[in-house]
Amino acid sequence: MENMNYLQGLVAGMKTLGVGLKTTMREFFTKKITEQYPENRKELVMFDRFRGSLVMPHNEQNEHKCIACGLCMTNCPNGTIEVKSKMIETEDGKKKKILDQYIYDQGICMYCQVCVRVCPQDAITFDQSFETAVFDRQKLVRQLNQPGSKCQEKKPVARPAAAPKPAEKPAVAPASAPAEAADAAEKTPKTE
Amino acid sequence: MGEGLGGAIDSMFNLQTWTSAIHAWLLGLVPEWAAILLECVVVALLIITLYAVFAIALIYMERKVCAFFQCRLGPNRVGKWGLLQVFSDVFKMLQKEIINMRKSDMFLHDLAPFLVVTASMLTFACLPWNKGGHIIDFNVGLFFMIAVSSIGVVGILLAGLGSNSKYPMIGSMRAGAQLISYEISIGITMLTIVALSGTMQISEIVQQQADNGWNIIRGHVPAVIAFLIYLIAGNAECNRGPFDLPEGESELTAGYHTEYSGMHFGYFYLAEYLNLFIAAGIASTIFLGGWAPLHIAGLDGFNGVMDAIPGAVWFIGKTFFVIFLLMWERWTFPRLRIDHILSLEWKYLMPLSLINLLLMALVVVFGLGINV
Repeated sequence: MENMNYLQGLVAGMKTLGVGLKTTMREFFTKKITEQYPENRKELVMFDRFRGSLVMPHNEQNEHKCIACGLCMTNCPNGTIEVKSKMIETEDGKKKKILDQYIYDQGICMYCQVCVRVCPQDAITFDQSFETAVFDRQKLVRQLNQPGSKCQEKKPVARPAAAPKPAEKPAVAPASAPAEAADAAEKTPKTE
Repeated sequence: MGEGLGGAIDSMFNLQTWTSAIHAWLLGLVPEWAAILLECVVVALLIITLYAVFAIALIYMERKVCAFFQCRLGPNRVGKWGLLQVFSDVFKMLQKEIINMRKSDMFLHDLAPFLVVTASMLTFACLPWNKGGHIIDFNVGLFFMIAVSSIGVVGILLAGLGSNSKYPMIGSMRAGAQLISYEISIGITMLTIVALSGTMQISEIVQQQADNGWNIIRGHVPAVIAFLIYLIAGNAECNRGPFDLPEGESELTAGYHTEYSGMHFGYFYLAEYLNLFIAAGIASTIFLGGWAPLHIAGLDGFNGVMDAIPGAVWFIGKTFFVIFLLMWERWTFPRLRIDHILSLEWKYLMPLSLINLLLMALVVVFGLGINV
C-alpha cells in the first residue's frame, strides 16, 4: 500500500507539474499587460472602477443633481468636502435650500468613495483623471459646481412599497422594477 | 551532396584544420614552447571573453523571459529593447566599493568568489564548441567536468564560513546540502549516457552523435527520462528556480553572498548565470548532440543544408534552447522547502535515475538503441 501511494504521488505530482508548465507557456504568448505610461497617455484607458478625482457631472443645460443635503460633507472621514448652501424663496413662496458652492480639497481626499455611496441623488462621482500634481496645495481645492449652474428639477419617482423601511432593505432589486426605481430603493435606506 | 563537397565543408568546419595550421605557422616564427604559451594565453583570453559575453546575454535573456512568463514586458528603457540595461548594471557594480567586515576571515572571504568563478570557468572550458574546438578534452572528460564543477561547492561553503554572519552560514549550509545531493542525480544521468556511448571523452561522445544520431533519439525512453531528470537536477545544481533556497530573500537576505559587495558579489552573480549556461551546455552535449547538426535519415538534401550550418551555431543554439527550458521551469514553480528539496532528490530523483540507469544498461546490452 505504501508503495502504491509513493507511485501515485509521483504520477500525480508530475501531472500537476505539467499543468503548471502549460499555464506559464500559454502566458508567455499572451498579450502583455504592462502600460507604458508616459508614452501611451493619449490612448491610456483606466479600468471602470478607477477613482481619479471627484467630479460633479453637469448636463447640457448646466444643471447638476446636488440638493445640498450635506450628507457627503458629514460622511467624509477627512473633511475633504465643504457644501455651502443658501436659502432662496421660490415663485410659489416656499423656502428652499440650494447649493451655493461645492468645495472639494483633493489634497486631503483618500478616495474612499464614501461620499459617492451616500449621495442620495447620484450627484457626484469619480472620474478617471489622475494627473493632479501641482506646485501649490491650494490649487487642489476646487469648486465642483460650475458657475451659474442650478439643480435639476426632480422627476417624480415611483418608490416600491418596501423601500422606506430600512429593516426590509431588499438584497437584490426586483427584476420587474425600472432601473431608476431600483436605484432609489437601494439608496433610500442609507439616507435615513 | 557529393563526397568532395561534403568533405570540404567537413574540413572547413573542423576547427582542428585551422588550429593546426595556426600552430604550424607559429612554429615557423618562434620556438615550440613560446608557440604553446602564446596559444594558451590566447585561448584563455578567448574563454574569459566568451564567459563575460554569455553572462551578459544570459542576464538579459533571464530578465526578458521572466517578464514574458509573468505577462510583463521586461527592461525596455535603457537602449533599444533594454539592450543596454545589463551593461549599465555591470558598470554600476564595477564602481562599487568592496567592503571588508571586522572579525570576518579576510582570506577565506576573498578566496570564495574566486573559487566559485574558477570552478565554473574550468567546467566552461570542457564544453565542445565545435568539431575540433575542444579546449579541455581527454579520456575522462565527463568525470573531470563533474569533479571541477564541485569546486564551486567549496567556494560557497567558504563564503558562508568566512563571512562571520549567520545568514551566509545558514545559506551556505543549505547550498552545500543541496548541491551535494543533486550532484548524485547529475552524476547518474551522465553515467546513463556514458553507458550508451561507451566513453567519457566529450569529443568522442559528440562525434558518435554526429555519426549515429543524437543520444536522446539513440537512447529513446531511458535517454528522455535522463534528460528530464537532468533538467530538474541541473536547475538545483545552479541554485536557481524552485531550488533557490540558499538565497531566500525573506529569511536569509541573499544567502551565502549577503556580506559581499561590488565585484566580489559580481563574481557570484556571474558564476550563477554561467553555471546555468554550463548546465545547459552539458545537457546539449550529452543529450542533444553538441555541435552535431540535425540529421533525418533519408532526407539527403535536408541533411546537406543542415551540414552547412557551422557546429558552433548548432551548439550555442541548442544550449540556448535548453536554457529556455530551464528558465521555463524556474519561472513556473514555487520555491520548495529545504526538507522537500532533499526528499525530492533522495526519495524520487535518485531512485528514478538508478532505475533509469538499469534500463539504459538493458537497452545497451540487448542492442535496442536506435542507430541512424
